[in-house]
Amino acid sequence: MTAHNCETCPAHAHLAQMGLKVERFDRVIALAGNPNTGKSTLFNALTGLKQHTGNWPGKTVTRAEGGFEFNGVRYKLVDLPGTYSLLSASQDEEVARDFLLFGAPDCTIVVVDATAIERNLNLVLQVLEITDQVVVAVNLMDEARRKGIDVDVRSLSRDLGVPAVAVVARTGEGLHALLASVDGVIKGEISTHPRRAEGTAEFNAAIAELVPLIEAAAPGVPNARWIAIRLLDGDGRVEQALRAGELTTLVQRQQVPDDRFSRKIALQGAQ
Amino acid sequence: MSTAEAAIRRAEELRRGLTGNFRDEAVSSVYAEAERIARRVVHRSESEPRDLDQRIDRVVTSPIFGLPLMLLILSVVFWLTIAAANVPSAMIATGLFWFEDKAAAFFDAMGAPWWLTGFIWHGVYRGLAWVISVMLPPMAIFFPLFTILEDLGYLPRVAFNLDFLFRRAGAHGKQALTMAMGFGCNAAGVIATRVIDSPRERLVAILTNNFVPCNGRFPTLIMLATIFVAAALPPVVASIAAAGAVVGVVVIGAGFTLLMSWLLSRTVLKGEASAFTLELPPYRRPGIARILYTSLIDRTLFVLWRAILTAAPAGAVIWLLGNIYVGDTSLATLSADALKPLGQAIGLDGVILLAYVIAIPANEIVVPTMLMVYMGGGMMTEIDSLSALRTLLVDQHGWTLLTAVNLMLFSLLHNPCATTILTIYKETLSAKWATLGALMPLAVAFLVCFLTAAVVRLFT
Repeated sequence: MTAHNCETCPAHAHLAQMGLKVERFDRVIALAGNPNTGKSTLFNALTGLKQHTGNWPGKTVTRAEGGFEFNGVRYKLVDLPGTYSLLSASQDEEVARDFLLFGAPDCTIVVVDATAIERNLNLVLQVLEITDQVVVAVNLMDEARRKGIDVDVRSLSRDLGVPAVAVVARTGEGLHALLASVDGVIKGEISTHPRRAEGTAEFNAAIAELVPLIEAAAPGVPNARWIAIRLLDGDGRVEQALRAGELTTLVQRQQVPDDRFSRKIALQGAQ
Repeated sequence: MSTAEAAIRRAEELRRGLTGNFRDEAVSSVYAEAERIARRVVHRSESEPRDLDQRIDRVVTSPIFGLPLMLLILSVVFWLTIAAANVPSAMIATGLFWFEDKAAAFFDAMGAPWWLTGFIWHGVYRGLAWVISVMLPPMAIFFPLFTILEDLGYLPRVAFNLDFLFRRAGAHGKQALTMAMGFGCNAAGVIATRVIDSPRERLVAILTNNFVPCNGRFPTLIMLATIFVAAALPPVVASIAAAGAVVGVVVIGAGFTLLMSWLLSRTVLKGEASAFTLELPPYRRPGIARILYTSLIDRTLFVLWRAILTAAPAGAVIWLLGNIYVGDTSLATLSADALKPLGQAIGLDGVILLAYVIAIPANEIVVPTMLMVYMGGGMMTEIDSLSALRTLLVDQHGWTLLTAVNLMLFSLLHNPCATTILTIYKETLSAKWATLGALMPLAVAFLVCFLTAAVVRLFT
């Protein structure tokens, strides 16, 4: 399960930027990652769009969509706000979390900062808890090299159980290899075995019991397992969402573009 | 019992049966795993080249140099903007107004009725010409400079430096980031508050974002600073003095942001400031091509286009107001006279208030509106130099230094534009907060201008 190095790829590997033309697409890719790791830069490099980028955490607060074509397959790429954890509560991080959980992307690219692997891996491991379809893009490799940091991408890939590809989003280095891995994961040519924490037996039994109950209460909701964990944890907001039947609308909302002012974002009234 | 209720009830029962704190265990196991993997895959060479970043940060975020350095950088940015925008502004104005004369003359020669020529060329077109010549050059200089700072990684350092002030005001330290976005556009600043996780502090940031003068208001401030502060000084120091005045206004705005945040945190939005972490990213070399694209296409043209969309109808409204007569006074004069007592009470005049009413859709058009009403009937002689403008305002319409100072304060503090109010509504989904977001700054503006005028009149 090594990502091929596409600097040596045959010429048929072909990337075409499609900008905003995303009405027709075959696959949906989510771009997740910690703040300021270069998600928007990668998004711009792949789609040819000019999403605002800036050297500070918190620049992207909405979901942006763009398209590209790779080897004849049309992709919709969804740029998400940066987030340190799937458990965080700020509005921008919720935009990211909701899409990862309920947007049912065909594959999630988690962008990590090569100069701060340890902190970035927390999010990677959390994403691996909820989906098998993950490719890790180790970005800012140029900066890491300058700082004398060497990241062994091959053993990272082995430890995580999903492909990890070294990229420099700013220059486009490694993008073909990244897309080849994404393609392989979606087609099942690259089988992934995500690293997951083993829960205790009683915990796993509790989850197994709750999942069908949740699927009955919110038909068609992806990631019932995650919701089960949140319920076990006593997360009031998830309970509220389940009671009010909001989960189904939340799932549907992930399919339409974020109009910047979606109801989801709004504050919950006064204190 | 609904299926949802059943699931929640069962989860509660199961939770009681679970031993230990599985949540904490899950979180700490993720941390431990991340650490284990990182140790295996990351190899550092002995050298510590991060030193340079840290050495820079020791100065940039130092308790002693941090804030003065920030003010210095801000001053340099405004100075470059003011000094370099003057000439192109005058050139664009001359060119566009020359075209207005030619086009109007052509219409006359073709036998078009006077009202058609007036409406199109002295109304709609003139509004556009003013907005373009007043706004385009400063924006085309300010935005690239600002984007360079943003790309370098300076903004989080600003937030770091200002954090102690926001904490004392009961607000969130990331509010400084949302204020920085407000420089471009307050509506964008309001959306940027999504980075603040506490709803209380986010509301504080939303309601006070307006005290950062947005790009639509900068031309007003720059123009006033140039005419009233710089005009009295020799040209060498004039632009520096003007920049100083604009920085002064920005600092006053920041002061009001903190003051109002403090008041809100002690009244309707009671609470303490929450802790947060803010990454200071490494300094990065800005990409010139992207900076030019972002700042010129995305920001400058975007904002200018919005201004044009509102300036054209506003130009039309002003022309109509100036050319529809009741008896022998125009509607413009009538409404300006009606607003006069209120305007004078706060050290301004009726025309200025009328301009602010017409400019509610977008602040960019305050100055052009004002000037067109002053010129009466849209028959404006060419104002191709700032000294001509000064003559018009001071000699013909009785402006004093108080008028200029209060107009700067009013422009800084008054209600946000319609777009921003709408954005506040959409981000909070509450008519109550949107109303407060509009009326609170307006009340502050009236109060501050009234007090300034009262104090000045007491001593003169």
